[in-house]
Order: sequence, then structure tokens, then C-alpha cells
Amino acid sequence: MTRVFHDIQQAIADIEDGASVMVGGFGLCGIPENLTRALRDRGTRNLTLISNNVSTDNVGVGLLLRNSQVKKMVATYVGEDPFFEKLVLNGQVQIELSPQGTFAERIRAGGAGLGGFYTPAGYGTIAAENKETRTWNGRHYVLELPLRAQFALVRAWKGDRAGNLIYRATARNLNPLMATAADVTIAEVEELAEPGELDPDSIHTPGIYVQRILQGVRYEKYVERKRVMPLNAGQKAPPHRQAGSAGD
Amino acid sequence: MRDRKRHLIARRAAQEIEDGFYVNLSPGIPALVANHLPDGVEAMLLSESGVLGFRARLRESENEPAVFNAANEAVTICPGASFFSCADAYAMIRGGHLDLCILGGLEVDEAGNLANWMIPGKMVKGMGGAMDLASGAKRVVVAMEHTTRDRKPRIVRNCTLPLTGLSVVHRIITEMAVIDVTPQGLLLREVASELSVDEVCRATEASLRVDKDLKIIQV
Repeated sequence: MTRVFHDIQQAIADIEDGASVMVGGFGLCGIPENLTRALRDRGTRNLTLISNNVSTDNVGVGLLLRNSQVKKMVATYVGEDPFFEKLVLNGQVQIELSPQGTFAERIRAGGAGLGGFYTPAGYGTIAAENKETRTWNGRHYVLELPLRAQFALVRAWKGDRAGNLIYRATARNLNPLMATAADVTIAEVEELAEPGELDPDSIHTPGIYVQRILQGVRYEKYVERKRVMPLNAGQKAPPHRQAGSAGD
Repeated sequence: MRDRKRHLIARRAAQEIEDGFYVNLSPGIPALVANHLPDGVEAMLLSESGVLGFRARLRESENEPAVFNAANEAVTICPGASFFSCADAYAMIRGGHLDLCILGGLEVDEAGNLANWMIPGKMVKGMGGAMDLASGAKRVVVAMEHTTRDRKPRIVRNCTLPLTGLSVVHRIITEMAVIDVTPQGLLLREVASELSVDEVCRATEASLRVDKDLKIIQV
């Protein structure tokens, strides 16, 4: 059953040196800000982190990298952080890269009890080096193995004491996948509700995947890049489809 | 000058989008395409971050939900939009549901091989979603400048940079030309109005056949 925590340090008290930890989020969106801050404060070292990106200096995985807590990163894109670049070039952090769709599916497979899957992504590239390949119907595929971790730190918009989670907009990203793929999933939520308050039809992550849940604080809006169109720049009306015209 | 060139490429690439298409636009030149959609064309943009049906924001607003595209730009959703996980986004991409993907490029060769994610000797930034997109979309168009900054050809006989995908490119669009990848090699379909075919060939390492119905790029 899901357990509710009020002291965030208690919620992560068994993340020991050398642990493997998945961290939700895509860029700066949907990051478990409270849990990564708490893990920074705890000072756990030699972590293997599984995260789409490395985020920045004041939030998420970036905090742990700057505090020399990370041994290895498994990620898909790490191009926005000069500090991380220095760590890699100095050999202080190992890195394993996956194509992004492969990364997401490896985590999904890990959570769904699958032994791996064949994907066309990366066939014929260095991403497929030393991996088994197969050809079906003239299309080439690469065998990719599942990805799991001891802990997953995820962030949701709403959650309840039964561990059910609802995400908001693109803050969903990898969070629901990672929630399924760890021995212990710890969720921080912006709003913590009583069981029955959330519509069962709207749950993204059922509580069975969530071992620990806590109410987060101090959520801030982070934007890496702003792109705002001038109102008179000839921007067209938003695409709008008539019923029946799409999906053929 | 360089900016103008990039917008020219984007304007031509926008003509690849047909009404009703589901489309992915990569960061860089392809992202500019969204600003040049032809009149009467409605497309649904897919972002790997987990949204279908977004556009650049019209104005700053504090009360919008956390909608970010794959380049981590705050964007706005359109009527009919939907949100989903990254695994679902890539199921759409790999599963053949995406009509068109416009990618940036470093090199494309005669077999339609694409290199666009890594330069040896420089820091490896990661492939992000480029490999999944290149191998999954129904149609892959590469929108890139015809040559490098020191005027070396990007359209080559054989890619020398690490590949993003093997035989994945259908069409190349540059400021100089529109070139199709065919089983017989590269086919020059359109040239920029101020250029001759010879000038395009001189800026291209790969050998080009010239379409008997060669056209001028209209942008």
C-alpha cells in the first residue's frame, strides 16, 4: 500500500550510496523538484541517475551533478549544460545515451515485465553497436533491453493517499513510465487529496505503482526558452478540425 | 543573411505539409516551418514531450498550464489538442502514424543516409529523438543549409559523420535546391531562381540527376 510522508527526508531515507534512481521530467518540465532537493541535502553519493536530460544548476538532476553525487547518467540529450560537459570530459561522470523513444520504451518495458523489444530506431548507427538485430517484412530492428531502477522520483499535479496520480499537460512526459519501473516509487504532488476525491476515470498512474507519496512545496515555473509570436506577425488561426475529418 | 537563408528554407519546407497532416518539426530550421504554413493548410504538430496540437504562444500569460514542446519552449495548445506520455508520443512516431517529420541535417548522402546528431571530437550531446523520428515517420524531409559555414558540401556521396538513420531521408530542402532520394540516387527537382544547375552541382559532392521536369523553387 501507498504510504503518505510528511517529512521528505524520511521518504528518501533508504536511498543509499550507489543507488540507481530514475528522475522524471522532460527538460525543466515535470521535474520532482522537492525530491531532488531533498536528495541533494541527503548527500547520497555514487548515484546512477536515469533521466531524460540533465536539467540546470538550480533544479532537478543538475543539483545532484553539482554536488558531486552522480557516478553515471543514463539519458537521451545532455546538450544544454556546460557544467555537465566538463564533468564528462574530465571523466567524473559516465554517460550512457539512448534514442529518446528507445529510452521511454525501455522504461515502459521495465515496468511492464518485458524482457526487451525490437525497435527500428538507431538501426545502422552507433546506437545499435553490439546489439542483436532482426529483419521482419524488410524492416530492420534493434533489440533493446528493459530499464529499471531501485527508486523512481516522480512529480504529479494531483495525487491521493491511495497513490493515484494525475499529471498536467506536458509535465506528464516520463513520470508515469518511471513510476512503474522502480522497486520503490516516490511521488511528490502539487495537491494531495483524500481517496475518492479524484475521478477514477482520470487517473494516469494507478496507486499500485506508487509506494510513497508526499505533498510538495515551492513549485516554480522554469522556462528554458521563451518563444512568443508577435500578435501581428501573420500567425494563423489555430488548426481546427471538423469532426470526421481527422484520423483517416 | 544567414537568417534570411534559414527562413527561405523553412518557407519551402512548409509546402511539404498537406492539409490534415500530423507533423513533427525538429529544433533549428525545421521549427521555423510552423510560421510559414500555406494558407488553408491545417496541421497538427506533435511534440515528443507529449502533446499533439500546439503552436507558438501568441502572448505571455501566467495562467497557462505547463505546456512545453521538445525544445523546451513554452507553447500554447490548439483546439483538439491532447497530452500523453513520452512512450505514447514515440508509439505515434515509430508506429507509422506521423505523416511527416522535418529534421535538421549535418550530412545526407546518395543512399538517403542522414547524419545530424554528433560531430566526432566535440562533446556528445545525445541523439534525443532524432533516431526514432528518422526511422519512424512516414515521410522524412531534411531542411538544412546546402553547405557548411566554410562552404563544404553537406550533400555527399557517403556520410562521414556518425549516422542518425540508414536510408531514411525522402527529400532534402536547402536554400539552393530541392532534391529527392530515389532508388537511382539523388534527383534534382527544384533549383533556386537565381542559380543554375551547374552552380548547385558544384556545391554538392553527391552526383545529381536532373529531373526532366526541373522547376524553380517558389517561396
